[in-house]
Amino acid sequence: MPTTTISGRTLEVNEEGFLVHPEDWTEDLGVELARLIGIEMTEAHWEPIRFLRTDHAAMGETPTLRRVSTQTGIDVKTLFGLFPKKPAKKMAYVAGLPKPKGCV
Amino acid sequence: MTTNTSPPRLLVLGGGTAGTMVANKVHKVLPDWDVTLVDRDDVHDYQPGYLFMPFGMNTPAQVRRSKRQFIDPATRIVTGEVDRVDADGRRVVLEDGTVLDYDYLVIASGTTPRPDQTPGMLGEEWHRSVNEFYTFEGSLALRDNLVAFEGGRLVVHITELPFKCPVAPLEFTFLADDWLRQHGLRERTELVFVTPLDGAFTKPVASRELGHALEERDVTVETDFMVESVDQEARVLRSYDEREVPYDLLVTVPLNMGADFVERSGLGDELNYVTVDKHTCQYLPQGDRHPHPEIFALGDAANLPTSKAGSVAHFSVEVFIDNLVELAHGRPMTHSFDGHANCFVESGHGKALLLDFNYETEPLTGTFPVPGVGPLRLLKESRFNHLSKLAFRHIYWNALLPGRPLGLKPQMSMAGKHPEGPPAAVSASMREE
Repeated sequence: MPTTTISGRTLEVNEEGFLVHPEDWTEDLGVELARLIGIEMTEAHWEPIRFLRTDHAAMGETPTLRRVSTQTGIDVKTLFGLFPKKPAKKMAYVAGLPKPKGCV
Repeated sequence: MTTNTSPPRLLVLGGGTAGTMVANKVHKVLPDWDVTLVDRDDVHDYQPGYLFMPFGMNTPAQVRRSKRQFIDPATRIVTGEVDRVDADGRRVVLEDGTVLDYDYLVIASGTTPRPDQTPGMLGEEWHRSVNEFYTFEGSLALRDNLVAFEGGRLVVHITELPFKCPVAPLEFTFLADDWLRQHGLRERTELVFVTPLDGAFTKPVASRELGHALEERDVTVETDFMVESVDQEARVLRSYDEREVPYDLLVTVPLNMGADFVERSGLGDELNYVTVDKHTCQYLPQGDRHPHPEIFALGDAANLPTSKAGSVAHFSVEVFIDNLVELAHGRPMTHSFDGHANCFVESGHGKALLLDFNYETEPLTGTFPVPGVGPLRLLKESRFNHLSKLAFRHIYWNALLPGRPLGLKPQMSMAGKHPEGPPAAVSASMREE
């Protein structure tokens, strides 16, 4: 597995740059990961990201875009505004989680 | 609850591929069990035939049968709509008020296309310029609409994952390309494939191979497209990030959802799929819901992280039956489903590819089922694969549904397969604008 250095920490990541170990993640790291894909974190960004972290801890997998939307009440359009083009993938990346499966 | 004198009661909701196989196999291994199956009608369609009907490769009569003719006569069949499962009371209530008690429950109510969930998809043009091939009626209408098609933009579109038979839209595209050539329309048609994924398919090796196949056929691919609405008047698909894809003939795969009663019963996820353990298909409660180890979900109705496909229903039912026998004898379940799926992919010109994969291993190239010999070739087009796919309809009616052994093990095998190294870095895909 490749590694990368963010904020002085050496982290194991997969081929697409997603953290391999969700437990490596901190909110500070989330800010840095967001910056790497051109996103400045605001409170509006944090709401879905915190949901992703909690839901992943409870369910053992990354929630899909639909699940994030139905569970948080944030509509899909808004999520596209916060995390342009690829919200499901970008939210998972910022939250230090694997890409949502839904993809089979 | 059962007494010492009455046999255990198994209640099966749904008489499709999974439900029919369960009923028939239980009678073979647990002949004293009392099996009841509920369904809303007596129609059993060979659903892979929906892909072929628009191109005249299957006739409507070839894909439609009566449900009852495939179900072991020892099964009590109840016709009705399920209102809800009362899991705490171990009973199912039908809309007409009928109450059915059970000791074990199998939910096999499948998944359904829901065009009503995307604004503008239903309407005047539904089954006219806006088509689907996941229902008998839709597939027939599409056959007629293709005959009337004179060229322009033919757009094949996927709304959201998961959906039934994830290779079908690709197959439709390949078959449409072939059909358009045969009818002298290919030069006048722009063929477009629109997907919410970032490539042709979900798994890297298959996505690459199938992506090449689309390129070779001069199909335009629009990726990462999450549809927000269909504008039937302007004939465009609109995405959440404000892209527009115009069409003259749209063939969409609507959002798929599990049965509404699953939601009413508090057993489902956000798409009404029953949450289950992926190795046993036993109900796995989410959040603060109560466990009910006597409830299982099989086939498309379950939220298994693998393809919604007949092969998955088939392999997972075999594992379930082995486990049910153990439960019946008071032993713990020891059989585990590995997510095995096995799919023929029609590629047009009388050829097909074969995909074989599970939870852990993506589809690879190689030979199947005999290592190094085949005769089926994995992830490569061949005439034999195509003939096997056509022949499978007979196997389905005559061997699979009645629960006869097909000689295929439910567990996936790595024999004859060619593993590849890790995929090339694609991290840039997320940063591009």
